[in-house]
Amino acid sequence: MPETTVNYPVTTPPNPHVESFKNVLKRLKKNKAAMVGGFLILFFIVVSIIGPFFTPFDPSEQNHVNKLAGPSLEHWFGTDHHGRDIFSRIIHGMSITLYIGFFSVLIGAVIGVLFGIVSGYFGGKMDAVIMRIMDVLLAFPGILLALGIVSVLGGSLNNVIISVGIFSVPAFARIVRGSTLSVKKLEYIDAVRALGASHFRIIFRHVLPNVMSPIIVQATLRMATAVLTASGLSFLGLGAQPPTPEWGAMLSDGRNYMWDAGHVAFFPGIAIVVVVLAFNIFGDGLRDALDPKMKS
Amino acid sequence: MTTKLLEVNNLKQYFPIKGGILGRTINQVKAVDDISFYVNEGETLSIVGESGCGKSTTGRAILRLDKPTSGEVIFQGEDLLSINQRKMRKKRKDLQIIFQDPYASINPRQTVRQILDEAMDIQNVVPKPERLDRMMELLQTVGLGSHQLDRFPHEFSGGQRQRIGIARALAVNPKFIICDESVSALDVSIQAQVLNLLKQLQRDLNLTYLFISHDLGVVRHISDRVAVMYLGKVVEIGEKEAIFDNPKHPYTKSLLSAIPVPNPRKQKERIILKGDVPSPINPPSGCRFHTRCPFASDICETVTPELRQTNSMEGTHTAACHFIEEIESGRKHPSY
Repeated sequence: MPETTVNYPVTTPPNPHVESFKNVLKRLKKNKAAMVGGFLILFFIVVSIIGPFFTPFDPSEQNHVNKLAGPSLEHWFGTDHHGRDIFSRIIHGMSITLYIGFFSVLIGAVIGVLFGIVSGYFGGKMDAVIMRIMDVLLAFPGILLALGIVSVLGGSLNNVIISVGIFSVPAFARIVRGSTLSVKKLEYIDAVRALGASHFRIIFRHVLPNVMSPIIVQATLRMATAVLTASGLSFLGLGAQPPTPEWGAMLSDGRNYMWDAGHVAFFPGIAIVVVVLAFNIFGDGLRDALDPKMKS
Repeated sequence: MTTKLLEVNNLKQYFPIKGGILGRTINQVKAVDDISFYVNEGETLSIVGESGCGKSTTGRAILRLDKPTSGEVIFQGEDLLSINQRKMRKKRKDLQIIFQDPYASINPRQTVRQILDEAMDIQNVVPKPERLDRMMELLQTVGLGSHQLDRFPHEFSGGQRQRIGIARALAVNPKFIICDESVSALDVSIQAQVLNLLKQLQRDLNLTYLFISHDLGVVRHISDRVAVMYLGKVVEIGEKEAIFDNPKHPYTKSLLSAIPVPNPRKQKERIILKGDVPSPINPPSGCRFHTRCPFASDICETVTPELRQTNSMEGTHTAACHFIEEIESGRKHPSY
């Protein structure tokens, strides 16, 4: 070597987004709150699958002799105004809640990611148009937008999913657009372009895998919002129709007996709070674990 | 007989600066402003210059990674800037690039196998059943082991990553490779290894390199010819020996005087330029170097000098200065 070479330090550290799964898990384990959230979510999933087989009562079995009874050994969470067992209804409602949450987030994520990635990758006019549409969607208060969509489509469980999905689109689109903009500038994208790769290949093989972690975090946090919004819609009578044991609808039923039999509204309310909280703290923990730089 | 593999004519790359609420173009960064040069088959042409002089932009423009404003890039008789996207994708097989930062230039989510397979898949250079053999061969060529085929980039060191980058470039059997600061991010011992690997590959595969670097030592080691750039212009170009031993342009002279000498007792003339590199947004008129040149006079501010050869220059050596003869004969004195 000639004598003039200087030792240049490596210019950038390894991409912080890309860390081995093991490291992420290790950091996640250190976060107690996130672990509690994670186990709760796991518990909900298990309950929603096997729970319905073990409930003491049928969720729509009416017993008019025993209406609005308080919690007892027989009816753990009491009975509602038709004498239905609230505990059984909440267990059956668990799968509905998770179903709404999962599919609405899935719809929102798929459409949002697609918009965001196209917008960020191609830029220009396409970007301007897509992002302005997203801005319009974001300008509505969430529940109002979902309410509007449901009232156009008609009230049913699946329409709630669609409307909550659409209402989640802009959040995904924005986050993915931002990440795409930063990934697209990296040299490995130029390298595959120099190899002659098509836009399709670059987007799905190279950009998408590298913007995955913010998507996962957003999806977890969105689950909480989706559950809450869906319950809200059902509470207003636009979502699940009776006698479906949907928590929001149950809360709405209980509203009339708030003073005489508070437990009818209390238990579904607590169930919603716990599920939303579990997804929120788990999502927060996941974000910190995936991107340690953000916290410090 | 040497043939020109690549010829760049009047290449310009202006980047717009958008501003205002309407996003109008309010100004332009003239990153590369009307440069021409050629690269012969099998040789290494280096482009040197300080940061921001347009070296990398030139490389990217040749590959159409950024679309140049105007000019011609003639590769094997065909203008790469005028063919359509689809044809260009096919052409990319012949022109490859090795990047500066081995940490940013390979997709962290792909294994070495996926990286190499994808390169061959895109250009369809090797039939599927033979790809594994070819991958092994490539790894061996760049000095990696076949047991490293299924590893991810984070399991490799910087030097090894750069070898992966080289293997990826070689996977499509290119004729011409642009090395964009390819060894700048590596430490010295690894630099030497990678440079020697590049040299050996050039011999074995008859490759042609455009070597972009700010490191004069590296350039001296690897080049056949050298082009010196300043603020988007080529100020001097010629055979390596001519540039290093007989520089004509005042900028080249000051650049070369910055090379450290290992002998501490040796006295050497150090030309220190005044001021900073002007902004490429509004580059100086005439000769772009006149604001910092110790020999500048009135004509330098108005007339842009062309690359030209004088009697004291040999081979293809040319420089863009109005006063080559005067400076040489001592008729013109520097005003430090």
